[in-house]
Amino acid sequence: MLSAEEQAEIQTEMAHYPDKKSVCIDAMKIVQSHRGWVSDENLRDIAEYLGMSADELDGVATFYNLIFRKPVGRHVVMVCDSVSCWIMGYNRVCEQLTSLLGIQLGETTADKRFTLLPIVCLGACDDAPVMMIDEDLHRDLDPQKLDSVLDQYK
Amino acid sequence: METPLTKNIRPEGEPPDLKAYEKCGGYQATRKALRMSPAEIMEVVKQSTLRGRGGAGFPTGMKWSFVPMGEAAPHPKYLVCNADEMEPGTFKDRLLLEGDPHQLIEGMIIAARAIEADIAYIFLRGEYVLSAKRLEEAIQEAYANHYLGKNIAGSGCSLDMYVHTSAGRYMCGEETGLLNALEGKRANPRAKPPFPQVSGLWGKPTIVQNVETLCNLPHIIANGAEWFKGLSRTKNGGTKLYGASGKVKRPGLWELPMGATIREILEEYAGGMRDGLKFRGVLPGGASTDFLIGDHLDVAMDFDEVQKVGSRLGTGTMIILDDRTCPVGMCANLEHFFAQESCGWCTPCWSGLRYAARVLKAMEEGNGQPGDIEKLEYQTWFCAPGHTFCALAPGAVEPLQSALKYFRADFERHIQEKRCPWR
Repeated sequence: MLSAEEQAEIQTEMAHYPDKKSVCIDAMKIVQSHRGWVSDENLRDIAEYLGMSADELDGVATFYNLIFRKPVGRHVVMVCDSVSCWIMGYNRVCEQLTSLLGIQLGETTADKRFTLLPIVCLGACDDAPVMMIDEDLHRDLDPQKLDSVLDQYK
Repeated sequence: METPLTKNIRPEGEPPDLKAYEKCGGYQATRKALRMSPAEIMEVVKQSTLRGRGGAGFPTGMKWSFVPMGEAAPHPKYLVCNADEMEPGTFKDRLLLEGDPHQLIEGMIIAARAIEADIAYIFLRGEYVLSAKRLEEAIQEAYANHYLGKNIAGSGCSLDMYVHTSAGRYMCGEETGLLNALEGKRANPRAKPPFPQVSGLWGKPTIVQNVETLCNLPHIIANGAEWFKGLSRTKNGGTKLYGASGKVKRPGLWELPMGATIREILEEYAGGMRDGLKFRGVLPGGASTDFLIGDHLDVAMDFDEVQKVGSRLGTGTMIILDDRTCPVGMCANLEHFFAQESCGWCTPCWSGLRYAARVLKAMEEGNGQPGDIEKLEYQTWFCAPGHTFCALAPGAVEPLQSALKYFRADFERHIQEKRCPWR
């Protein structure tokens, strides 16, 4: 079941479009913002709410990398692997992150605290290398200081 | 030197709210535009020589001229701001979105007036969280002060404006892919014709324009076409946000007269290369532009001049290659990105880019084979304009084809030595 809050937020967005289906990406993002990810059950509920089939909606969901169709940790670390960050030391940042977290890209720590994902250019190339954790952008990353950045997220 | 786009922007500071924006002359151009006919606005913008700042450089006035106008035109008509800044190495729209959101809203009101649009969307990439917050706040202020909604500033014109935050994928920056994403579909490209100006969002006339392009409009309306042309050093009017990233002393973003040279941006503004490093090449306008080299440092960064030497102005944000960074590795990174972001709609793109990415990765890892360079050259042909559905793949192979030309010896060394000489 979609919560009353989720339904209200979806209704607000729906008013911006001429038909119900068009809001489906916003709807999945809304549900994800409350639950961390979009489960099969959530997907069915959203689809039903918007008058779509679950498969049709999943066809949309699987296109977009910011819709999570698998569970993620409490915090999602997205490390930029695009060209400016690559030049400025992405490899060392990524090695340090995988070593500190004990997981590879695409994985979640056993305590469900962090999920580590690669992300494309975050548009902060003058401060490369960069990453985002949840909604926070971290600039000018120094591999030696990554542990103190991660410490801010419990 | 005038810097109309960034004059209100304080780095690290809060953007001007509506009152502060009005105090700096903001929304005067809106009032003026609302007294002009759409044809008059279009004429001024045509005269100004404003060209699209998203990468393609299409003349703005001409783009508008394809929209059906008058009483027989279908409604609602839509205006979409493409704020899906995802071109690797590009960080210019973020500054305008975060730094002066009212400037963008005003530009959109003027563009909407020019094409008689009823509804405007800002298609914003999902990761631009701060931009979303500031735009929402500014839009609310604009509604509260009757610059948006019904009967704007007593003019009888109406416009609704919404922010759509995206869920990722580079393809959403492609004009027709963006329209599909906004309709809640996969962001595959659409066949053209029909062009979006005639049949775009939900089959209605639609204009899609980049953030920086739209931000120029208030200044053109307020100060006129001749003033705008005078800002530039070349035939392409206006100023341009130029950036530099890579191993330069001061990476950054600067609003300069259109036509500033690569050397000027690199040496004067970015402070030159870091100590001990030498300049080897530059992608002048983001990841999907051809490399230029030392011979091209005095080229003016405008649409025509960069094209003359075989590349594109693109987004105007330069990515610098230094002599301690491997050009093959850089290409491997770029083609990995493009292969990953291909939507899979047409064969050269999904197959060709993935193949090229795999060959480059093998080369970097010491597994290059004789004949690999020729294979890569074939893929650049396979993905060339005319062979693909949209501009993603042709753009994707621009850095590769030029790297094969300018850094060929480095590719050969990788194969001969069976290793990356930079590792």
